[in-house]
Amino acid sequence: MGETWDVLVAGGGNAALCAAIAARRAGARVLVVEAAPKFYRGGNTRHTRNMRCAHETATEHLTGPYTEDEFWDDLLRVTQGQTDEDLARYMIAKSSHMLGWIGEQGVRFQPSLGGTLSLGRTNSFFLGGGRAMLNALYLTAEKLGVEVRYDTPITALEIDNGRFRAAILNGTTRIEARSFVAAAGGFEANLEWLKESWGDRAENFLIRGTPYNRGDVLRMLIDAGVEPVGDPTQCHAVAIDARAPKFDGGIITRLDCVVFGIVVNSEARRFYDEGEDFWPKRYAIWGRLVADQPDQIAYILFDAKSLKMFMPSLYPPVTAGSIAELAGKLGLDAARLEATVGDFNGAVRSGSFDHTVLDDCRTEGLNPPKTHWARRIDEAPFYAYPVRPGITFTYLGTRVDRHARVRMANVGPSENMFAAGEIMAGNVLGRGYAAGIGMTIGGVFGRIAGEEAARHAVG
Amino acid sequence: MQLADHHAEAERLMTICNACRYCEGLCAVFPAMEMRRSFGAGDLDYLANLCHGCGACYVDCQFSPPHEFEVNVPRTLATVRARSYRDHAWPGFLRSLFDHNGLAISLAAALGVAGFILGFVSWHQPAVLVEAHRDPSSFYALMPHEAMVTLFGTAFLLALVALAMGFRSFWRAAREQIPEPAGGGSLLQALRDAGTLRYLDGGGVGCYNEDERPTDNRRFYHHLTFYGFLLCFAATTSATLMHYLLDMPAPYAWYMPPKVLGTLGGLGLIVGPVGLFLARIRRDPELNDADCSGIDTAFIGMLFGTGLTGILLMLLRQTPAMGIMLALHLGFVLALFVTMPYSKFVHGIYRYAALVLYALERRRLGSKADRS
Ligand SMILES: Cc1cc2nc3c(=O)[nH]c(=O)nc-3n(C[C@H](O)[C@H](O)[C@H](O)COP(=O)(O)OP(=O)(O)OC[C@H]3O[C@@H](n4cnc5c(N)ncnc54)[C@H](O)[C@@H]3O)c2cc1C
Ligand code: HEM
Ligand code: SF4
Ligand code: SF4
Repeated sequence: MGETWDVLVAGGGNAALCAAIAARRAGARVLVVEAAPKFYRGGNTRHTRNMRCAHETATEHLTGPYTEDEFWDDLLRVTQGQTDEDLARYMIAKSSHMLGWIGEQGVRFQPSLGGTLSLGRTNSFFLGGGRAMLNALYLTAEKLGVEVRYDTPITALEIDNGRFRAAILNGTTRIEARSFVAAAGGFEANLEWLKESWGDRAENFLIRGTPYNRGDVLRMLIDAGVEPVGDPTQCHAVAIDARAPKFDGGIITRLDCVVFGIVVNSEARRFYDEGEDFWPKRYAIWGRLVADQPDQIAYILFDAKSLKMFMPSLYPPVTAGSIAELAGKLGLDAARLEATVGDFNGAVRSGSFDHTVLDDCRTEGLNPPKTHWARRIDEAPFYAYPVRPGITFTYLGTRVDRHARVRMANVGPSENMFAAGEIMAGNVLGRGYAAGIGMTIGGVFGRIAGEEAARHAVG
Repeated sequence: MQLADHHAEAERLMTICNACRYCEGLCAVFPAMEMRRSFGAGDLDYLANLCHGCGACYVDCQFSPPHEFEVNVPRTLATVRARSYRDHAWPGFLRSLFDHNGLAISLAAALGVAGFILGFVSWHQPAVLVEAHRDPSSFYALMPHEAMVTLFGTAFLLALVALAMGFRSFWRAAREQIPEPAGGGSLLQALRDAGTLRYLDGGGVGCYNEDERPTDNRRFYHHLTFYGFLLCFAATTSATLMHYLLDMPAPYAWYMPPKVLGTLGGLGLIVGPVGLFLARIRRDPELNDADCSGIDTAFIGMLFGTGLTGILLMLLRQTPAMGIMLALHLGFVLALFVTMPYSKFVHGIYRYAALVLYALERRRLGSKADRS
């Protein structure tokens, strides 16, 4: 005979744990099933460092107020309007209670990390990072009596007319539950799925986080008639070191040096304005830019002047005494690269370099231009980092309402199915990204999903 | 310069951590690391001795094993730390005492004890060992006060010289990138940080030992050990002062300073090391360097032995066992002194030095620049 629970939660990250804790606090008996082994529990949440929540005043850890309106303006700008306004505003309003609530669940914060001062007002940083944050949530869940099973993927769902009945775990065990919370992440680790919309380009993508977010639960829900939301090619993607492992390289493979140099593709040609805006505002477009280049690879080039101006990363840069030698090491056409660098150097108009403002160092008569922080690349040694698109998480998901209840296509809200986190991020993020919002989506909707799931299950 | 293996692994981790920085708020190691772009042997020795082994950065790290990056900061720094004790020891030919430290220190203790027993017996009649307790100034019947002072004074001075030389070597290496001169402020700050073991708290929740639950109380047991040791030291010093300055030789009544300090300190030196030892055997083996467990247990054993024999001596001083107990206790104390520069005792000195250097660096940290 199978078991019956009040609330079954699929996943093991921020969204799942917030849901589980909230449901348990509301009196429900809760089972969490996590596909990954214990060490890898909480997929992408393990890699995070902060979350973005509205707050009225400066706090011990935040340098100033960040109002709901300002949050909304930021979201509107990064998504270029592709967001569900009602839901997004609701999430932002709820985010202001999130810091207090999640603190009560044992999560601790600290001032912004070295090298990230620009986020010090808007984003709350987890003391010890995302895995510390998760460890605290798991401890709290354990104390409250939430049961967690690791190495336990959901392999099938029984859904009748928008009503969840049971889930099959590991292909064998059948579990019934009164409510179901889907918090099993996006499908970024599923290269076959990525290829459906990106084509063979996806072969060259690197996955920054967990290999377990394969989107199986999302696929099952959509197949069972849940209404999807979002574009399957939309995702958070940045340019990361091409030498990073295929999966789970995490934060340390990121490179923050684009604005200090030029970026060329495998034909040794530039393709985008490297100095368009401050890096925190532009880093999230470079994944897509590189994905559109031949072989999905590019090279950030800079010289001795810039080496110490950005956060160090995991791998050392490729180093050479001349541009031609650098081209050789990178496997680029030396004459072509020398010409590209020569053209760039010739177009640079000197100004007073200051990377903390939109300075007046720019190129003239160059296409594409470099509009700020343009300095000649002429001081040996010369350096390069090879970069590839690094996929953080996908946006295609399940449509939900304010109660985090999933909607059935053409039917309306499901009676007992809820979703939170990456798996429904597309409701808020049609495109673009603002740092820290992934955790807000998971925390806010996770908590709501847990409360609503418990309300449905135990009244 | 080519780094040795243990330093090379620490350098690899520091490069990873410097790109990550998630642990920045947990302790002093990460902020100190962030002030560096390159890590030489001296820098790594410094960081290793700044690490208190609280384990927080291991349970919090998304890259710890089985992740392919295999980031294990507590263990790696424990290895570097143990090697730093050896590398900075003086004189150089005694460095190998660290290689089989448990054996070396047990031998020293055994030799110490045997030496005193033989000494007492050959100095007097063999019977004195079991009869001396009848004499009111019984200790000095077994060994004249002057002889005791000369022996222990010499041992202590030799140890001090060796410790000072070790400190000098460590200090020079560790301040490779810290040009500021040490001043009163940094010395005081380091005294506070050492006295409270500020960085043995896992960033605020308590330190980790067995698993990802911060339930450990090593800090409490270390306080018992550390302050117990200081109290014993104060007991001996007060007795010496009373003897020479006030002309009040032992024995002392229970309420006199040497007795009160010695009793409290002795108890600390029994309970503290037992607590530390139990914590050590329960510790997640991933957190420890297997090679340094000999150094640790030998030192724990010596402190425990010193405390236990001291308390037993006090309890049994009116009985025939007194002679043997005195030999045991003096043997342990002498061995403790003699082996200080070649035991884990040096951790107190190097850690204090590292905390001073960190206090100096912190002022620079005040102006943390945003690079992105
Ligand atoms: C390197 C990196 C850094 C990031 N930094 C930040 C940051 O600083 N701030 C921020 O807001 N966001 C950040 N993000 C994004 C953030 O990680 C996600 O938005 C957030 O963690 C999503 O939480 P979640 O609970 O929805 O998903 P996850 O935390 O990924 O949890 C999903 C879980 O579902 C499990 N699962 C998958 N399939 C199944 C199945 N079939 N059955 C059962 N379980 C299953 C997975 O094992 C996984 O544990 C970062 C992402 C990466 C990769
Ligand atoms: C500056 C002063 C000191 C500091 C900052 C300090 C700090 C520490 C720390 C952080 C540890 C745990 C990590 C490790 O094993 O290396 C430790 C271990 C230990 N310390 Fe100290 N210490 C100091 C002085 C002393 C003194 C004076 C004694 C006793 C004479 C002492 C006795 C011990 C013992 C017995 C251990 C072993 C615990 C174990 O192996 O698990 N310490 N010390
Ligand atoms: S120990 Fe791990 S989480 Fe902490 S700073 Fe280093 S790499 Fe980052
Ligand atoms: S073990 Fe503790 S003290 Fe050592 S580096 Fe890690 S967090 Fe810091």
